[in-house]
Amino acid sequence: MNLKLLTSISKSLLLARWKQTLVAAIGVTFSITMFITLLSFMSGLNDLLDGLIVNRTPHVRLYNEIQPSKKQPIDLNSEYKNHYNFVSSVKPKNELLQIQNSGAIMQMLKHDERVLGVAPKITAQVFYNVGNIDLTGVINGIDVEAENRLFLFKDYVTAGNYIDLKNTPNSIILGKGAAEKMLANIGDVIQVTTTKGERLQLKVVGYFQSGLQDIDKVQSYASMATTQKLLGESNAYVTDIQIKLKDILTAPKVAKELGKLFDLEAIDIQTANSQFETGSSVRSLISYAVGITLLIVAGFGIYNILNMMIYEKMDSIAILKATGFSGKDVQKIFIGIALTIGLFGGMLGLLFGFGLSQLIDQIPFNTAALPTVKTYPINYNPKFYLIGTIFSIVTTYFAGYFPSRKASKIDPVVIIRGK
Amino acid sequence: MSNIILSAKNISKSFHDPVTVQILKEVTFTINKGEFVSVIGKSGCGKSTLLYILSTMDTDYEGELQIDGMMMANKKEAELAVVRNEKIGFVFQFHYLLNEFTVLRNVMLPGLKLGKYPFKEIEHRAYEKLKILGIEKEALKPPNQLSGGQKQRVAIARALINDPVIIMGDEPTGNLDKKNSEIVFDIFQELSKEFKQTLLIVTHDNEFAERTNRIIEMEDGRIIRM
Repeated sequence: MNLKLLTSISKSLLLARWKQTLVAAIGVTFSITMFITLLSFMSGLNDLLDGLIVNRTPHVRLYNEIQPSKKQPIDLNSEYKNHYNFVSSVKPKNELLQIQNSGAIMQMLKHDERVLGVAPKITAQVFYNVGNIDLTGVINGIDVEAENRLFLFKDYVTAGNYIDLKNTPNSIILGKGAAEKMLANIGDVIQVTTTKGERLQLKVVGYFQSGLQDIDKVQSYASMATTQKLLGESNAYVTDIQIKLKDILTAPKVAKELGKLFDLEAIDIQTANSQFETGSSVRSLISYAVGITLLIVAGFGIYNILNMMIYEKMDSIAILKATGFSGKDVQKIFIGIALTIGLFGGMLGLLFGFGLSQLIDQIPFNTAALPTVKTYPINYNPKFYLIGTIFSIVTTYFAGYFPSRKASKIDPVVIIRGK
Repeated sequence: MSNIILSAKNISKSFHDPVTVQILKEVTFTINKGEFVSVIGKSGCGKSTLLYILSTMDTDYEGELQIDGMMMANKKEAELAVVRNEKIGFVFQFHYLLNEFTVLRNVMLPGLKLGKYPFKEIEHRAYEKLKILGIEKEALKPPNQLSGGQKQRVAIARALINDPVIIMGDEPTGNLDKKNSEIVFDIFQELSKEFKQTLLIVTHDNEFAERTNRIIEMEDGRIIRM
């Protein structure tokens, strides 16, 4: 009953000054709109940039690195134990690149509950033969389906169908840059030479564009079987095992553990691409700072308007107190006004913010670097809307709190006798 | 004892700014149920100050104040607000109606705050009070469309809504012309006679005071006649 009464008094005071109230509400609406739009856009952009790397990079990569033998024969000779030895006769061996027993490792990883998926990969150094010239290149032998499932391979195949890579024997998807240099169209047959001198003719079934031009000039994709054939290796030959985890944050720990377990090199995504995370968090921080600044400014607007209202309503406050409304009641009335402004303005702000985000989402954004992106990226994360709502309520509450406390302290005697 | 509505014992008050001036000096008196009391005195004799202390709005004083058998000392602000709401009706020199509400709603506000009756009942009672004061026709108008005399009558209706044990008035006719003053006085008289309403009215209109049951005259912070 009491609350209902106070609400109705708030409402009447609010409606009696609806123009001022509207201005205050518009302030909140504007700031929430900008807050939502800014964060959605910024975060969309962050996701896009992160996606460039994160989507296509395994969370943990297991591989062998060509490393010189740590112990040269001379070190084993006790006679020269305390000497400085510089004879290094044992050179790195080629088969070191292969991951031994890869099938069993992958089987085990697939049963690990932290792991979302596993995709094997073979990296082969080749030359693309164009007339008389040889271009250096890298062919990645991939499990086409696993690669697509885990690393969105399809998104980066800009021409041709990615699945042809699996279905057509001896096929290749060329990097866009490499294809342009080789003047190779889809359906053409190109020739590659391996570092060992093996030659193989491959049919171009698509173009691949990663957005990173240096990569597109060099890299191409072929199926595992084609690559193994190219290298003259058995079908157990795998050089990399790519792991995608359920929780990306556990990558460093898992990498360390797996590296030790399998005696392989293991690198996690955070170590490999630490610069991206830093950029993202700084950008988010800036957007939050701007959004909150806007809200605080709107809060000052509400503060001013309430202060003015209380000054104008001095008499009414005095009589309310004289007829039995306590200071707390008066305070509730004015906080009620502030919260109404905050809620109303905030809700409109969420709607407008959503609308503006949608609008930005429609603006064309074509860039050669990002083949899958056609319009500006927007992240419609409900989290932003929740934060917007909470902030609008909290700032308006505080904007209302101080003037209303002043109102609650008004001494009716001073007002009434002052007349 | 049960007949005493209000009792003041040794009430003193001083202002300390800029120099200490004692404005009330050990004021002691009681008001019985159904009495129509007026307080008179020259400007600055402390009669208004006394009224605000009696009304519980001013808590900065020494002495004992009992309203309807309850001690007012050491009560919190919110508790005093409840006392004002339930036990005391106010009529001021200026009407202090809220222009955001209709006349009816203005009268209902203290009743709604008290919450003793359901909404419909309070509305009905407010109509009744307006009828007693002869302004039920104006019930749905905003107060700023009423004349000065009518506004003051609305203010009286508002004071009556919770059936207070005492009505206090601070120069309730001070702003009114002769005719309206007369009407307001007649209303007070009627309330006193017919409804046995206790009234305590501060005034400087001696003619008004002469016609009340009892006059308390003050001078220099003391009661010199009662």
